[in-house]
Amino acid sequence: MEWETVIGLEVHVSLSTKSKLFSGSSTEFGADPNTQASIFDCALPGTLPVFNEEALRMAVRFGVAIGAEIGKQSVFDRKNYFYPDLPKGYQVTQLDFPTVGKGALTVTLSDGSEKVIGVTRAHIEENAGKSLHEEFHGMSGIDLNRAGEPLLEIVSEPEIASAEEAVAYLKKLHTIIRYLDISDAIMAQGSMRCDVNVSIRPVGETELGTRTEIKNINSFRFVEKAIISEVQRQQEILEDGGRIIQETRRYNADKDETTSMRSKEVANDYRYFPEPDLLPVVIDDEYIAAVKAQLPELPDAKRSRFAEEYALSEYDAGVLVSSRELAEYYEIVASQSDDAKLAANWVSQDLLGLLNKNNWELADSPIQAERLAMLITRIKDKTISGKIAKTVFETMLEDESDVDTIIENKGLKQVTDSGEIEKFVDEVISNNPDQVQQYKDGKQQVIGFLVGQCMQLSKGKANPAQVNELLREKMQ
Amino acid sequence: MALDKSEVEKIAHLARLHVSDSEAEEVTTRITDILALIDQMQSVDTESVEPLAHPLDVVQRLRIDEVTEENQRESLQKLAPASEDGLYLVPKVLE
Repeated sequence: MEWETVIGLEVHVSLSTKSKLFSGSSTEFGADPNTQASIFDCALPGTLPVFNEEALRMAVRFGVAIGAEIGKQSVFDRKNYFYPDLPKGYQVTQLDFPTVGKGALTVTLSDGSEKVIGVTRAHIEENAGKSLHEEFHGMSGIDLNRAGEPLLEIVSEPEIASAEEAVAYLKKLHTIIRYLDISDAIMAQGSMRCDVNVSIRPVGETELGTRTEIKNINSFRFVEKAIISEVQRQQEILEDGGRIIQETRRYNADKDETTSMRSKEVANDYRYFPEPDLLPVVIDDEYIAAVKAQLPELPDAKRSRFAEEYALSEYDAGVLVSSRELAEYYEIVASQSDDAKLAANWVSQDLLGLLNKNNWELADSPIQAERLAMLITRIKDKTISGKIAKTVFETMLEDESDVDTIIENKGLKQVTDSGEIEKFVDEVISNNPDQVQQYKDGKQQVIGFLVGQCMQLSKGKANPAQVNELLREKMQ
Repeated sequence: MALDKSEVEKIAHLARLHVSDSEAEEVTTRITDILALIDQMQSVDTESVEPLAHPLDVVQRLRIDEVTEENQRESLQKLAPASEDGLYLVPKVLE
């Protein structure tokens, strides 16, 4: 039987406010346990929440960036459950009237096609604290620093049809969030987390199959692998005549499989009700327009502009706008070197290759945009060849001097003096009479070998075009 | 709509409340009465009534995003039955 996969994603993003959602406690990462947990965060009786205006602005900023409906009146609700890292016994969230309503993201898939994936809603809610289950002589340790930090939960429509689409959606979301500067969105650190709802159904079936939810996956790659393995599991069960149990599962990366998290638990019953300690949050068109006016150029718009302004392929432009920092870096290199195409190649291949190899962020790169621009300028004015430039690039990793100094000190300057080149050419011709004869007999491709010999003799410094021309002249 | 005792027990469990057998009957009756009131309200035509999020006709004031709280861990942990290495200790919980 042919199956199709239906996936919906719930993504939690930590909003990068300075203080918590409802209290004035710091949200700084990495503080000592419970040093950022005030009487409100610990849920002491008599404390009341006061809503952080920046969390609201960030949520609206996300909403307008994805063209979503913005809730002019949002209402907070209590989601009740008991767990020690949730001291109030409820999480404040938005159920019926979220700040961000229906919107959409356009993702580009590996075959170059585009797909629009609907965003159902995005609501503001508070984070829970952290439980540590080891080393406390049979007790659990609770750190409430994270309790009450603002989260934006972004819920997609069940319109994602494969692991590839899911990852493309997540990466797009990640890029937009980083462009908007509303969160670090680092999956490995938990500032972006993803729950995946997966079901399958026979192709042509309109009813959705029973879904399972895979919780808290912390990397793009694991999202992809978890979906593939869960789809496989469901398919095997259904093809054996079994049925899927609606449940929460966990992805085990070592075994590359999902396992059930809660088997006997009673169905979740959160007994939501409107949070009486908070009033409805009301914003007007003017507020929304002001947030919209402050949006930066977003990735899709930037990609189109790059493709047009710098005559790049959609693909290359897409790589360069994958982060705002990289796009800024590229624009400096392109304008200072005055060669957008060459700049694109160096940034997307050499620079990104370097970052990937060393697992560096752009900010860690020892090669700043200005230096790379100078390197490209020196290729263009023929001071060095493209090949020698790779050597200079390598040297620039350890040597912070400017490009010209490196070229000078290492003696890498391209030889363009025709007298000097002639010496190399003459030597190669006299050393390789067989090849020269072959060339004269019409075997044109031998020229490549002879040019190579000249380049070797000159230690890569001869201008290859000049060598080629002179060789042909002399062998006529 | 009438509740039976097992539903009351489930609600009590979700709210982590202990209801003894002798109390259960009374609680069942009282919740059933509340549900009857809700049934009565449900029967009213509210088609033209705006949903009410809060009985007060005012909107939420917002707070400027700044850190105003200081570290009070020491005094707060004096209130806790157990703490260690800055963490509050609770009976072991596992998912």
